[in-house]
Amino acid sequence: MIVYAVVILAVLGGAFGAVLAFASKKLAVETDSRVEAIIEVLPGANCGACGFPGCAGLADAIVNAGAPLNACIPGKDKVAAEIAKIMGQEPVAGKIREVAQLHCNGTFDNAKAKYEYKGVIDCHLAVTQFGGPSYCYYGCIGLGSCVRVCPFGAITIGENRLPVVDTSLCVGCGLCSNQCPQKVLSIVPIDKQVHVRCNNRDKGKIAREACNVSCISCGICVRSCPEGAIQLIDNKVGSVSMIDYSKCTNCGICVEKCPRKSIHLDPPIDPTLVVCEKNQPLESGCSNCPLQEGCGSKVS
Amino acid sequence: MGQTFAIIFGSIFISNIVLAQFLGICPFLGVSKDLKSAVGMGFSVMFVMILSSSITWLVHEFLLVRFELEYLKTIAFILTIAALVQLLEMFLKKNIPSLYKSMGVYLPLITTNCTILGIALVNIQNGYGFFNTVVNAFANSAGFLLAMVLMAGIRVRLEEAELPESMQGLPIVFFVASSMALAFVGFTGMI
Repeated sequence: MIVYAVVILAVLGGAFGAVLAFASKKLAVETDSRVEAIIEVLPGANCGACGFPGCAGLADAIVNAGAPLNACIPGKDKVAAEIAKIMGQEPVAGKIREVAQLHCNGTFDNAKAKYEYKGVIDCHLAVTQFGGPSYCYYGCIGLGSCVRVCPFGAITIGENRLPVVDTSLCVGCGLCSNQCPQKVLSIVPIDKQVHVRCNNRDKGKIAREACNVSCISCGICVRSCPEGAIQLIDNKVGSVSMIDYSKCTNCGICVEKCPRKSIHLDPPIDPTLVVCEKNQPLESGCSNCPLQEGCGSKVS
Repeated sequence: MGQTFAIIFGSIFISNIVLAQFLGICPFLGVSKDLKSAVGMGFSVMFVMILSSSITWLVHEFLLVRFELEYLKTIAFILTIAALVQLLEMFLKKNIPSLYKSMGVYLPLITTNCTILGIALVNIQNGYGFFNTVVNAFANSAGFLLAMVLMAGIRVRLEEAELPESMQGLPIVFFVASSMALAFVGFTGMI
């Protein structure tokens, strides 16, 4: 009897093995070796800043769908050059980095409080309660929905309730600006220094009462800008000034003219990104790295 | 016909594979974090379960019974299912890449999923014919899908809830799972 058992199991196992061996030859999918090579080169953070689903998605798109070679934002010039080498094309410069900028200065001191919010710590929920805890219906809620969505740990909530973006960690993936219910975060090229720090679209009087540094739609910035880069968005009575970053030259004239001090000239940002470029861990080692999950190089 | 209906209703509600038979707890807790992956896992299990139940039924009927080796069915079925899922993965990768992409993550997980082996063995134990085997596999996987979807729906709301620190994460999910199992006891005795 035991002979039967052994024979049957051996035959069964052998048959399945043979079928699988045959199938793996017959059904082998021809994958482009360049895709694998590009996945190796990419940082492996799967941040989605390129607009494709993860690093593997970008590698696939570069080889098969003609995505730009410099699409990887955290990878900068170095990765772009390596990808160009794999694809056998001329190296291209990396994209200008973009970082998140906050368009609100409604700190506890500036924005008038309407009520004290005691509920689930989530900006989306707070907005549903009478438009948020301050009199400004357009400003930052400050409960940190952007902080929780940031995969790089680049955002923290400051003492004055506004989120602070650590530009050395931010890769400009845009998850925070998508998450923000007030849309006060936007993704801006890193070399731009002039930012409108207000999102209030109310009429002048209402805007003035809601916050000390609100935009009252006076339009002085629009008239003073030599490049014509500023526009009042929405309509003439209730609107907010917005800068067209492709035209802005960082001259700072609007900053001086603004009677409400709601346009700021920031110091230039050091464009160094602290994101590990594989095998070059941060000084603090991999354990503190926001990218360690999904990273190909576990150094320490 | 009456038996077929009894199998379908009984497998989905009365002896729900997760909430009454306590099989497949790992994907029930592990993959139920959001609705999309729960549904993906549910349908992948359905697909594999129907296929593997049919194949194991054939293996049992024409190989094991014939040589009077029924006691080997556990190991023979494990072998069959493992090989089948491997084959399926290769087949899908080659011929239906879109389905492979949507199921890709779950397929290897399913190889070691106890529901698949459990139902294959239950089919034999209850002496089902081929048709009822397929029906039972479908109904049980539908019950699995139902449990997954319910759990995912609850867990999405749990994310918003303010819980004591010791309850956050998995502990509250265990509480919820046991409450759901208790609720399903209500179906007992309907057939």
